[in-house]
Formats: sequence, C-alpha cells, structure tokens
Amino acid sequence: MTVRTAAETEAGDVIAPVTVPVSRETLVAYAHASGDQNPIHQDEEFAKSVGLPDVIAHGMWTLGAAGSVVSEWVGGAGRVIEFGTRFTKPVVVPTTGADVVIDGVVKSVDPESRRATVDLTATAGGDKVLGRCTAIVQLD
Amino acid sequence: MPVNADFQGRSYPPSGPYAVSADQIAAFADAVGSDDPLHRDAEVARAAGYADVIAPPTFAVTIAQQCDRAYVQDPEAGIDYGRVVHGEQRFVHHRPITAGDALMGELTIDSIRMAGGHAMITTRTELTADGEPVCTSTSTIVVRGGEDQ
Repeated sequence: MTVRTAAETEAGDVIAPVTVPVSRETLVAYAHASGDQNPIHQDEEFAKSVGLPDVIAHGMWTLGAAGSVVSEWVGGAGRVIEFGTRFTKPVVVPTTGADVVIDGVVKSVDPESRRATVDLTATAGGDKVLGRCTAIVQLD
Repeated sequence: MPVNADFQGRSYPPSGPYAVSADQIAAFADAVGSDDPLHRDAEVARAAGYADVIAPPTFAVTIAQQCDRAYVQDPEAGIDYGRVVHGEQRFVHHRPITAGDALMGELTIDSIRMAGGHAMITTRTELTADGEPVCTSTSTIVVRGGEDQ
C-alpha cells in the first residue's frame, strides 16, 4: 500500500467509485465482529414485521466499508484521523445481495499539517445512504 | 415511559478495561472489506511505526457501544431499544486502536433533544489506554416516539 503525499494531493482530486457487494453473509459476519446482533440486519421476517422492506445493513457496516475505501486511498487505516457521517437511508439487502458504490472528492489540503479533508459518497440502488460523510486524513 | 431528559450532561465512571485482540481486529477488517495488511500483519504494522496490528477507523464503535450500555439499559433513562435508530456517528482518533490495548471508556450524555415526538440523544465516549487518549467516539441515536407520547 502506497502512502499518499500532500505534494501530490489537491482539492478536487477524486477517489474513483468502488463497488462493494454486501450479502446476508456479510451482515452476519459484521454482526459477529461488531457485537451488534439486532435481528433487523439478519432476519427477513423480523425486519418486515417492524415495517422495513427487507433486511437492512448495519449503518456502521456501510460507514466501515467507506472507511476501508478512504484508508486504501490514503495508504493506511491509521491515517484516518477523523471520520463521521449521518445515516440518511438504509441499505436494503435482499437474499440476492446488494451493491454499495463509494466514491469521494478532496475538499481541501492543509500543507502545514499535511492533512486533507475528504467528502465521501455512498449510494445503494441510486439512493444516497450516507450524508455529510467526511474524513480527515494524514498525508505524508 | 418517555426518554428522561434529566440525563443530559450526566457522566458515568469509566468502564472497562476492554481488551483488544488481533483476532477481533482481523475479523472486523474482514467484515468491512478492508485488505490493509496493517490489520493482519504485526511486522508490517511495526514497520509503519505501530506497536502491533491496528484497527479499522470504525472499530471504536464496538467498544463505545459496550460503554453505552450503562446508560441505554438504565430503566430510568426511558430508552425503548426497539425504537432506536442510529442517526449520526463520528470518531476523532488520537492514535489508532492497537492489538493489546486495554481500553477504558468514559461516557457522557452530551445532549437530549426532543423533536417531532422523537428524542435525539448524543453520547460521547472517551476511550483511553494507560490514561492516554485513544479515540473520542460521538454517537447520535434517535428514539422514535410511540403512540403514548
């Protein structure tokens, strides 16, 4: 993994879209790894009984997937200094799975601290599922 | 019972320690689709200046949610967990969470706001190791209002 430098990074640079598949198995693995065993993320009958269209992904899975994309772009997970979002819409995961498309754009680069602010976008089925998803990353 | 606004501003004594293992980090990295070797190869992590393998940037939520339990499971808080959705999440990392960490978490209820029959609760967890700051995790949950509110 190559570490990105401040010298090669400027506002307007883009993170090309990455398509991340999500299946029911992905959500079971995330439930075990995170400890979030809410049945709306695993049990179709339960999800529908509380008014959801189907099983939905954990919002934190989606944010985690976006974190993996920005970590890869900057050149290491330890370089993501600040990271956050609003959860605007659920990612619906039918038995056939779904795709989340994640991309980003550099908003600014501070040459002193060599930190960049990156806005990330995540969409599923054409819907924006994360709102104001922003990372501050440490460049070299 | 509606959400109890009296909890705004309350801080809890630190909970923990929460031990972080290399296995937990690898399983979490797998689940969020990260193939960064910093999560799995201690030699690569040490070469990059870390004490051991490091966690993905959102891993802190797994610890913060354990710290939250003292609050959300308190019957006096009035939180019906079946009505909770995650509204917002933010992390400030002071250093990466690292395998071998024994984290302590100090929970504060920053704000409780009522809007349109819903309650929006912002909690902040300060994670530390050996007294040094590791991560500040801030979470807003929305407790959807019931018919009785």
